[in-house]
Amino acid sequence: MSKDETLGEALRRQGVTRRGFLKFCAATASMMALPPSMVPVIAAALESARRPSVIWLSFQECTGCTESLTRSHSPTVEGLIFDSISLDYHHTLQAASGSAAEAARETAMEENHGKYILVVDGSIPTDNPGYSTIAGISNRDMLEEAAKGAAAIVSVGTCAAFGGIPAAKPNPTGAVSVSDLVHDKPIINVPGCPPIPVVITGVLAHYLTFGTIPELDDLKRPKAYYGKSIHDRCYRRPFYDKGLFAETFDDEGARKGWCLYKLGCKGPTTYNACATVKWNEGTSFPIESGHPCLGCSEPGFWDGGSFYSAISTPTEDIPKAAVYAVGAGAAAGVALGAMNRAKKQKSVDAHEKVTIDDLDKEK
Amino acid sequence: MSERVVVDPITRIEGHLRIEAKMDGDRIAEAYSAGTMVRGIEVILRGRDPRDAWAFAQRICGVCTLVHGLASIRSVENALNYPIPPNAQLIRNLMNGAQYVHDHVMHFYHLHALDWVDVVSALKADPKATSELAQSISSYSKSSPGYFSDIQKKVKTFVESGQLGIFANGYWGHPAYKLPPEANLMAVAHYLEALSWQRDVAKLHAIFGGKNPHPNFLVGGVACPIDLNSDSAINAKRLAQVQEIINKMQMFVDQVYIPDLLAIAGFYKDWGARGEGLGNFLTFGDFPEKGMDDPSSFLIPAGAILNRDLSTIHDVDMNAADEIQEYVSHSWYDYDAGKGQGLHPYDGETNLNYSGPTPPYEQLDVEQSYSWLKSPRWKGNAMEVGPLARVLMLYASGNEQAKELVNYTLSTLDVPVDALFSTLGRTAARGLETKIIGDMMQTWHDNLVANIKAGDTKTFNEQLWDPSTWPSEARGVGFMEAPRGGLAHWIVIENGTIKNYQAVVPSTWNAGPRDQNGQPGAYEAALQDNHTLHDPKQPIEILRTIHSFDPCIACAVHVTDPDGEELIKVKVR
Repeated sequence: MSKDETLGEALRRQGVTRRGFLKFCAATASMMALPPSMVPVIAAALESARRPSVIWLSFQECTGCTESLTRSHSPTVEGLIFDSISLDYHHTLQAASGSAAEAARETAMEENHGKYILVVDGSIPTDNPGYSTIAGISNRDMLEEAAKGAAAIVSVGTCAAFGGIPAAKPNPTGAVSVSDLVHDKPIINVPGCPPIPVVITGVLAHYLTFGTIPELDDLKRPKAYYGKSIHDRCYRRPFYDKGLFAETFDDEGARKGWCLYKLGCKGPTTYNACATVKWNEGTSFPIESGHPCLGCSEPGFWDGGSFYSAISTPTEDIPKAAVYAVGAGAAAGVALGAMNRAKKQKSVDAHEKVTIDDLDKEK
Repeated sequence: MSERVVVDPITRIEGHLRIEAKMDGDRIAEAYSAGTMVRGIEVILRGRDPRDAWAFAQRICGVCTLVHGLASIRSVENALNYPIPPNAQLIRNLMNGAQYVHDHVMHFYHLHALDWVDVVSALKADPKATSELAQSISSYSKSSPGYFSDIQKKVKTFVESGQLGIFANGYWGHPAYKLPPEANLMAVAHYLEALSWQRDVAKLHAIFGGKNPHPNFLVGGVACPIDLNSDSAINAKRLAQVQEIINKMQMFVDQVYIPDLLAIAGFYKDWGARGEGLGNFLTFGDFPEKGMDDPSSFLIPAGAILNRDLSTIHDVDMNAADEIQEYVSHSWYDYDAGKGQGLHPYDGETNLNYSGPTPPYEQLDVEQSYSWLKSPRWKGNAMEVGPLARVLMLYASGNEQAKELVNYTLSTLDVPVDALFSTLGRTAARGLETKIIGDMMQTWHDNLVANIKAGDTKTFNEQLWDPSTWPSEARGVGFMEAPRGGLAHWIVIENGTIKNYQAVVPSTWNAGPRDQNGQPGAYEAALQDNHTLHDPKQPIEILRTIHSFDPCIACAVHVTDPDGEELIKVKVR
């Protein structure tokens, strides 16, 4: 591809048919829950774009977010790298090491100043610059320098978005999120520990396709993936409404797929697409495989009490009823289900955020 | 004054690793390995519900995703004497086994291959000759000239775009690259195939654990129930999916990974004569047939090998105060009684004290502390853990398949037994154990199906789930063989919460700094063994040996304790 050749031209020269290309665009549109009328728009956008530069910085992280990126079935990571973006700096995947790697980052920042997408995973320690360095540079310095020339920042994973596990009590290193340090750039938070693979790539595809950041909620999360609670979209929800709960792991209810609410499921307070998009090409998601949701895409979820203690629902009028329901069992569950139906629309409309800490206070 | 070569960041690894090498001419005289990131997860674990610990511990690393989760639940179960159902044991073996196969293949193609494979050279390959090469070493179906021609076109278009992305600034054209263009093209094709393959085999974790990365675990068993009459449990459809994934794993290992490994290794036999390092090897053992309390049923035995002596396997006692000890002489931590002593994890204490240069810095003071990693030692010896240690242990303990595979590899490559103790040997051992464990996946799956057929569908033991059934004090160790080596977590439980938590992990053994006696860690020793740099500005030789260990640095960085409080002494029952 010459410097001026567009992606569309390049694909045709590679022998990718127009039909095949449109199929990809349709799949992208469907994944982003867009109407079919948007397919030509996506196609036009992709065809006219040079591959935008993406600089990916890894700070206090576990590489789970990068691993998740590689699990995306559509778009795939190789599809992104070869056809859609120029991944100019990424520790886990890039060939170059040491000064050659740093040179790649500096060149990309210079050549694409004002235009590159900065992706960050991991939190940033603020108590001591020596707590995390790359090439002798503190994470904070590297972030602030790279943020200057970025068109937008995507904070991938709960650590970059909200501080995550390094910021869990007692936060030994003074870890903070990207948005705690950078205030003058558009930031998209893509939380999850890790985020769902296709959600990471879907957010990048949105930006590449439309050149805008997707509509975000008050926590800077794209509404397309974080607009509904897992509870509201869960296939086990009918059992919750009927008051049918697994009382322990491997009991009759667990085997029949009843609601995991009493086993501590955080689905009611967790806004994520696990129940609809699911994981690993739709293979399963935690609740489907019998484990309660940990709430891993919510701020502060690490400090919300035991993962196996039942929580309340996020509607402000009934937390006490919900707590009692846990003790009273099935009958109360039915009543709670009925109350929830009445309250549901209100909480959805307002997209209220009630943290597990708030709920604990209610008790 | 000697020249100092610094490589930071070491890429294509997990985490933040820095290597500094003091040169004697073009030869590495002294090497120093530094972990440059700390989070303090073990401190964060204190005061929490032990049943929750796995989720925290698992986030130590997302590449070895699951190993810390598994070590954690084993530590709680060991502390509480909490038996788990046989089905849960088999499912855990399947999950850990899948991790090995997935992780090792990704390491070979996506983290290690670019040290040996010149992507740009692949452009010069003849697709027809590439096809002939591929068909001469394997029956893998994707081997036609058209297939390789398409891959080559894809790479060509990419290179001509001028936007090289992750391949920018690679050491392409370096004389250390020895593969002919056809072998390079074949490897590049399989780099892409492996990316696609790994997405499918990771689904095994999603089936049993709900997602990958970071599948779910459960103290007392596994969370996924088995019920052939339910659409929401492990049923016949799920088991068929697992079988299909195992088939895919074995096919790729047998037809792609192992043939590629042997073909590529054939061009780099000189790497069988450098990078040995310590010559001391340690395993904790894993993959029980009958549960963690019966080490005789482990697929991989526990033990220590010293000075290459395969005729003597030393017993390892993880509870003995004078066997496993950690030193901090060159680490950014303090010990109350001074930095010089070694402490068993039971008595471990860790006071965070960064004394390195203020960033931005050019060079570490390697005479002082220079890493966030500690230096674990066994009876005072620096030890290597990981695939090479395991394959040697299997070989030394008479495992027939391991002996056959090792002998086959040595004769195919026409290299002496000594070549095992090297950079090449380490990389080959990783492939051989992938084959052994990939084959065992079928046995575990068959056993699971047989149990279900016999009417045993139990996956969880409720007996000790409720903390009110626990003693007021309990302590235990959960150990395992993670893909990167022996891993152990120690836990102290008091009144239902975590009083203390300690992890000693594979990359701490391998990547740790010098100890109080100046004894180097495994990376450091390996780099000091017969490494000359062709061009200090393109230190590909360093990358080859470091990558042969498959570094995982987030794992390796140890506890932080900002309050400096003394950690509680741990005793294992």
